Amino acid sequence: MALSSKTKAVLLGPLSKNNPIIVQVLGICSALAVTSKLEPSLVMAIAVTIVTAFANMIISLLRKSIPNRIRIIVQLVVVASLVTIVSEVLKAYSYDVNKQLSVFVGLIVTNCILMGRLEAFALGNGPWPSFLDGIGNGLGYGWILVVVGFFRELLGSGTLMNFQVIPDALYEMGYENNGLMVLAPMALLLVGCIIWIHRANNKELQEKTN
Amino acid sequence: MKALRKYLDKIKPNFEEGGKLHWLHSTFDAFETFLFVPNSTSRSGVHIHDARDSKRTMTIVIVALIPALLMGMYSVGLHHYMALGLEASILTKFIYGFLAVLPQIVVSYVVGLGIEFIIAQIRKEEVAEGFLVTGILIPMIVPVDTPLWMIAVATAFAVIFAKEVFGGTGYNIFNVALVTRAFLFFSYPSKMSGDQVWVRTADTFGMGKGTVIDGFSGATPLGQLATTGAGSFGEFTFQGITGQPLSISDMFFGFIPGSIGEVSTFAILLGAALLIMTGVGSWKTMLSVFLGGAVAVVLVNLFAQNAIMEMPVQYHFLLGGFAFGAIFMATDPVTSARTEKGKWIYGFLIGLLAITIRVFNPGYPEGMMLAILFMNAFAPLIDFYVIDGNIKRRLKRAAPSK
Repeated sequence: MALSSKTKAVLLGPLSKNNPIIVQVLGICSALAVTSKLEPSLVMAIAVTIVTAFANMIISLLRKSIPNRIRIIVQLVVVASLVTIVSEVLKAYSYDVNKQLSVFVGLIVTNCILMGRLEAFALGNGPWPSFLDGIGNGLGYGWILVVVGFFRELLGSGTLMNFQVIPDALYEMGYENNGLMVLAPMALLLVGCIIWIHRANNKELQEKTN
Repeated sequence: MKALRKYLDKIKPNFEEGGKLHWLHSTFDAFETFLFVPNSTSRSGVHIHDARDSKRTMTIVIVALIPALLMGMYSVGLHHYMALGLEASILTKFIYGFLAVLPQIVVSYVVGLGIEFIIAQIRKEEVAEGFLVTGILIPMIVPVDTPLWMIAVATAFAVIFAKEVFGGTGYNIFNVALVTRAFLFFSYPSKMSGDQVWVRTADTFGMGKGTVIDGFSGATPLGQLATTGAGSFGEFTFQGITGQPLSISDMFFGFIPGSIGEVSTFAILLGAALLIMTGVGSWKTMLSVFLGGAVAVVLVNLFAQNAIMEMPVQYHFLLGGFAFGAIFMATDPVTSARTEKGKWIYGFLIGLLAITIRVFNPGYPEGMMLAILFMNAFAPLIDFYVIDGNIKRRLKRAAPSK
């Protein structure tokens, strides 16, 4: 399936140049809270992608009939129902991860990225581009979460997806897991590092210094 | 000296613009200015030249740290032989301590300076002197048994994330040495607290081999107090590592387990005298830290309910890192308040917070590190309001009320 250049920009822009976390700095709260392990980060990434994509599509379908003054309420109803579905599915099929994510599944409702996309994109574009925009932004959010989750679990717990990857021999030589990695401040620093590398590679994102 | 100068002059063109080793310009420059006084000065504007440039300031701080470092090394050896139940001469004890601490100093300098040189090279800047002091402070504020790789990781972390990302020496918000310690403290708590890390029981380069005697306990005095079951301070006695009671003079001269720099309050005060005499460290900050601490202790004593709340003020000052932090950490000219009135407020709040954390949080027997880091964040705010108040006051004076 060949995509037109505009569709491509909608889908792929949020992965790098227009990334919700590392360029727009939205959705930081959940990014810090759920990334102490790789598994919840992955699940959270998938959940946000699905909710954003479908919420975008539904709002886009309804956009001509939503009265402007109550649009936030309508958006919340749509998002809340989607989040409830996701939350119930998680409870049914992976209860442990659902417990680790705790309130953050429910808080997808107030995720800045989600509300931002609905306001900025879905209300002014057709359902198919909106759906792609939702997927793109969800994935843009998701890959940051997965990278942060990967490093935090590897260095903080010595495991990946709960399998031990750091060999016992290394522990016997005196290696220890880094306790700070499990705490939220390190997630902020890791996100900062990703922003650092990203901006170093994209000159157009750098502000002009005097 | 002449020959060295000649040699430097001979290889200098290689490092200048167009030379084949130009990319090493910063490194060459650092060594040249380290060996010889640079003969280039500012060419524009009016400048007053003073003998107290940052290189001299750093050197004086290092000299001021030496007494505490030497006493700390002796204390390491003393406790090692005490724990093994062996007799040894004072010199043997000192050499043991020296050899135990030396690798830490080397690792801290190599890693920290290495990163500084690389970054200066990339940014095409001069290598700044800031790490000279930080590099010696780091081994002095960690337990003697901290593994070397941990010091390396923590130093790298602190130099990059607490200093270089803010723009290098002079621009950092937080004290770099304390960020190193905070990183270690939160990352590897088992190596940074408890009663196993303060006394080195292993041999150093084959020196001082032996087995630990029965009845050995490596807890620091503050650690003992935090975990004691004694209901009041009167029932409690501080014990040395073999169970002998500790007197006030033991604590003053440094015959207690603890980090290398912090054990001997006597040596720290010698350093303080030098800092104050040369005007390098601010006596206002130092005094106000102790004042703040004293006020906090008096308040806590009034409402005391357990042993640590009843501990009188002199013990608080002699134990743990209180004195070391007040003299060498709080006075860091980059991260402390810069206005004279601001220094009083800044120091006072450090003392207050340090005692509060010490007394009320059993998880952290030592509060000085967190108190100073916390106040580092507030130093610019304090300065802002002091200057703001000053401007308002003078405006009032200039324009009398109608």
